[in-house]
Amino acid sequence: MWKKAIIAAPYLWLLLFFLTPFAIVLKISLADPVFGLPPYSQSASLDNFAFLFSDKLYALTYLRSVFMAACATILCLAVGFPMAYGIARSKSGTRNLLLLLIILPFWISFLLRVYAWMGLMNSYGTINTLLMWLGITDQPIQLMYTDFAVFVGLVYSYLPFMILPLYASLERMDHDLVEAAQDLGASRARAFWDVTWPLARPGVIAGCLLVFIPAIGEYVIPYLLGGPESLMIGRVLFDEFFANRDWPLASAVAVILLLLLVVPIALLQRYQAREQESAT
Amino acid sequence: MKEQSRFITSVLAFGYAFLYIPLVLVVVYSFNDSQIATVWGGFSTRWYGELLRNDQILDAAFLSLRIAVTSATIATILGTMAGLALARFRRFKGRTLFSGLITSPMVMPEVITGLSLLLLFVALQQLIGWPGQRGFGTITIAHTTFAMAYVAIIVQSRLMSMDESLEEAAMDLGGHPLRVVFDITLPLIAPAMLAGWLLAFTLSLDDLVIASFVSGPGSNTLPMYIFSKVKLGVSPDINALATLIIVFVSVGVLLAWLVTRRRN
Repeated sequence: MWKKAIIAAPYLWLLLFFLTPFAIVLKISLADPVFGLPPYSQSASLDNFAFLFSDKLYALTYLRSVFMAACATILCLAVGFPMAYGIARSKSGTRNLLLLLIILPFWISFLLRVYAWMGLMNSYGTINTLLMWLGITDQPIQLMYTDFAVFVGLVYSYLPFMILPLYASLERMDHDLVEAAQDLGASRARAFWDVTWPLARPGVIAGCLLVFIPAIGEYVIPYLLGGPESLMIGRVLFDEFFANRDWPLASAVAVILLLLLVVPIALLQRYQAREQESAT
Repeated sequence: MKEQSRFITSVLAFGYAFLYIPLVLVVVYSFNDSQIATVWGGFSTRWYGELLRNDQILDAAFLSLRIAVTSATIATILGTMAGLALARFRRFKGRTLFSGLITSPMVMPEVITGLSLLLLFVALQQLIGWPGQRGFGTITIAHTTFAMAYVAIIVQSRLMSMDESLEEAAMDLGGHPLRVVFDITLPLIAPAMLAGWLLAFTLSLDDLVIASFVSGPGSNTLPMYIFSKVKLGVSPDINALATLIIVFVSVGVLLAWLVTRRRN
């Protein structure tokens, strides 16, 4: 009895507030927009999907989102891997402090952290003031409202998601293996690719997925830092819904975004399940 | 441990500078007297004064805090139940779907969660007339839904790393299963529940996108207010607000760290 109640309460909550909403999104993505409340018809057709596939703009926006998220993931990995390695190899006292400093930004508002870059990258912001003072440029460089700014925002916000799983893998690694490989005559690069990298791979995969999945649907960063032409799909969905009030089309955009993410999300869940098992 | 290579040390220095310089600059500019937030006009604390006189910010902050406390509490209760179910009940009907439902809200893009919940609320309103108004209630439900997943994972991994023998011993001595949960299991996982509550609380205070979807006219959370303001550009009173949050969070986290380190 009590056992059933413990399972049932969270189960029913999630069925009602997480699974049912998806069924509704799917249903509305097949409807037509109408005037009135709610602004969708009861009919069902694939018109919205046909429209999304025929209009080049949407296809391009999906591709752009995948491309931006992929680049941000690679940049995070390039910065995050040496950082995670350095943290894992430092003395245990410093290591805890370094880890704490990676986690600390998590607890500070995401929105305010993105906002902090607005003051840095403005035409008269800190970076441009510094560059002009150093005499590197005599006119402000356009940093804000560019793809560059979006990349900076994405890497800045998601870097901790990359570092933490990488650290978890690297910290468990037995460093004697690397030394053994080097003693046996492997070069440092060879020891890295043949020993460190394979052992770190679970962390690399988890970190990449944890950055890629949320980055693809990102709304705040492209809105605040990106230009009007740097469209990403999260922003398009938001605008279809709020500015154009086209609920069926917004739902169809969401359905396709979800389909794009099914494979990465399934991979991440399989990885997490395996981690849980190996932890016990 | 041996010396770090120069490459690793410089990447670490660069990485931490990258993470912290923007925050430090926001703090510095919050004491800037100038109306234009990026030009230095002398030291002043006037923006903090203006912050305290801004009723819109205070109302939004109060609403956000109410939502965060309520949703974190419900999420901790439901998440603990879910974590218990996943860690201690090895087999039950629908377990695969259940564990999928627990982890999915964490990885779902916010725009999708927000849109789908709003559509559910609109459909429910058509069907049964509830929720009549969107605001505190709907945002709390939305935040509970994604935060309980985090609590469940934290509680589950704590339970997995814990040995079941204490619970089994209590059960063997004739303790009612529910009593065992309250007398043995809950005190043991209390630190995990507290960590989960704090995480749920922070996630709720942090959320902009989902709240924007499921809130109604007139109910602005703090992130919604900040967003409507920073859309127009850098503003000095937001710098002051950000500074308060940065200082408050940093002091809290550092204190917690020192306390746990002392205990170990």
